[in-house]
Amino acid sequence: MTTQNQAPGISDATQSCDHSSSEGCSSDHSNSDQLSALIARHCGMSGALLPVLHAIQDNIGFIPEMAVPLIADALNLSRAEVHGVITYYHHFRQTPPGRTVIQVCRAEACQARGADKLAQHVQTQLGCDFHATTADGSFTLESVYCLGLCACGPAITMNDQLYARVSPEKFNQLLKQGNV
Amino acid sequence: MSTSTPCTVYLPCDSVALALGADDIATTIQQQAQSRGIDLRIIRNGSRGMVWLEPLLEIATPQGRIGFGPVDIHDVNSLFDAGIFTNLASTDLPTNHPLSIGLVEQLPFLKNQERVTFSRVGITDPLSLDDYLAHQGYAGLDQALLMQASAIVQEVTASGLRGRGGAAFPTGIKWKTVLTTTPKDNQQKYIVCNADEGDSGTFSDRMVMENDPFMLIEGMTIAALAVGATVGYIYVRSEYPHAIATLNHAITIAGQHGYLGSDIRHSGHAFHLEVRKAAGAYVCGEETALLESLEGRRGIVRAKPPLPAINGLFGQPTVINNVITLAAVPLILARGAAFYHDFGQGRSRGTLPFQLAGNIQHGGLVEKAFGLTLRELLIDFGAGTASARPIRAVQVGGPLGAYLPESQFDTPLDYEAFAAIGAAIGHGGVVVFDDSVDMAKQARYAMEFCAVESCGKCTPCRIGSTRGVEAIDHIIADQNRPQKIHLLRDLCDVMKHGSLCAMGSMTPFPVLSALNHFPEDFTGQKETV
Repeated sequence: MTTQNQAPGISDATQSCDHSSSEGCSSDHSNSDQLSALIARHCGMSGALLPVLHAIQDNIGFIPEMAVPLIADALNLSRAEVHGVITYYHHFRQTPPGRTVIQVCRAEACQARGADKLAQHVQTQLGCDFHATTADGSFTLESVYCLGLCACGPAITMNDQLYARVSPEKFNQLLKQGNV
Repeated sequence: MSTSTPCTVYLPCDSVALALGADDIATTIQQQAQSRGIDLRIIRNGSRGMVWLEPLLEIATPQGRIGFGPVDIHDVNSLFDAGIFTNLASTDLPTNHPLSIGLVEQLPFLKNQERVTFSRVGITDPLSLDDYLAHQGYAGLDQALLMQASAIVQEVTASGLRGRGGAAFPTGIKWKTVLTTTPKDNQQKYIVCNADEGDSGTFSDRMVMENDPFMLIEGMTIAALAVGATVGYIYVRSEYPHAIATLNHAITIAGQHGYLGSDIRHSGHAFHLEVRKAAGAYVCGEETALLESLEGRRGIVRAKPPLPAINGLFGQPTVINNVITLAAVPLILARGAAFYHDFGQGRSRGTLPFQLAGNIQHGGLVEKAFGLTLRELLIDFGAGTASARPIRAVQVGGPLGAYLPESQFDTPLDYEAFAAIGAAIGHGGVVVFDDSVDMAKQARYAMEFCAVESCGKCTPCRIGSTRGVEAIDHIIADQNRPQKIHLLRDLCDVMKHGSLCAMGSMTPFPVLSALNHFPEDFTGQKETV
């Protein structure tokens, strides 16, 4: 119950995600020492599994398969239980994401402001389907169901940065401005 | 005028402002001020909730704060040129800048609200404890510390506060159950805040967490005193990173100043609070699925009974309340139950922060006492659609809420009045669609969303939703349409009465309301505008 035990805030998470997502595809960054350290740091919490998984994904960008037995061992769970939790939650990834992760909100409030049209535009621009990563590893495209920006849709995120009132033209501009 | 009085500038740090470039605007203002030799101080306040004006820049003046918005980074130069940062003492304030909206608190959108829970939001710096204390913060806790636990519960019961997450269960009754239940094996009781605000069209929880986090912390601390709990968790959506960061920061500050920890305000009472990040499962907004998730498992709904109040987190007595419910508590203690109870009508007491979203000209947060009509909300506050086309349908209460046609807009916003027309107020989200909406598509989406997000425990929800998508596809394609409409209604009946939780039992609301009120869209003839 101390502050050290709290799930990491976004500022840490963003920095480490940026760091790893630029390297995640090119090198196997997820050595078991790093994983074990992350697991050890969080496994004492009550109900530790989600905090452990978040710590791994925030630092490495995804949950590598080799993490499953390590987590199971540390938390006295079966591998099936750990796998079951990873695959249940939309947030957790089992493969490295592209260098730029783009999430497009597709929920009702954004639909009312043209999210479907934007979603099609984004797919065409990136040459990438939803829930997929481009072959060159540049982009991962995901749906998200509500970012809480419902009065200024359509809303998207680009590497965890929020953008609102995103028209297809504004999306193209953001792509151009980004380091992509 | 002399430059000795630094100009105080407010620019929100709320997610909406950030998504519209507020950080870059703040940096540019600082740079410009420096190069022009102007002394100014930027305070990152919360958002006023007037989303169409965001990013909303405000300047402190002797008459009150003057607003400019929506500000784009390219407007910064002209704002400096107009002298808004330097003419503070002047009687003719430069309100003639094209972005000027005049005195912010005089705008009808704000002036006509009843900001009770949101009284500080947009005014204070969210992470300034001094600001919080200067605006009646922790007055409720001070009061609670003088009271017996049962008296705190009685005060909350008398206020008429009902759960703001959507179920509208009387909060005092829930707390009383936890107070009178003994934890097993001498373990602790828990306070859990449900901040898994997954409904599209809702953002009031996010606004509390980002813009007035100490209010939520205070509310949870009072709940802990009321039921004898010592540990609390705030379960926040992973889609709300700024809320998580702000809460973590505020919890640290509160702990440093003796408002959290093992000896709250030297009272001998302990309360430890922690933020837990969710992982993108909509159904975890259901309280028992949330508890499963907090315990480190898949977010599968539990059968009730046992109630979480008796057998909740880790099997212990647990208060689980929505953010807005807990955020209402400090004021109830500070001002008394009667103050809160005097707002509202019938069995819907107090205020609700409504959220105007979707295709609406003046979208944002409107806190009002229960009882105003949907039309007042949509027209008087919202000013109609953003697209200037007629409003055709309004979904109230999130993805599980009914779609209402224009003929129902005079329904008062009150839990019972909405239930009477087969709708629900839910968490107060109002999503507006203009006449280009295809209601068959919206009905299909509701079923599809349920199919994707169902936890899978009960059959009506897990399988019914998939069969529902198929039935709607057949209806649109005119394959045995009359029989398929009959099948869809039958399916909705089973889901409504046979599902374990609101996910399955309420998905029929949007589906059937779309079918009943907009049957012309189910003929396959709907033109795409």
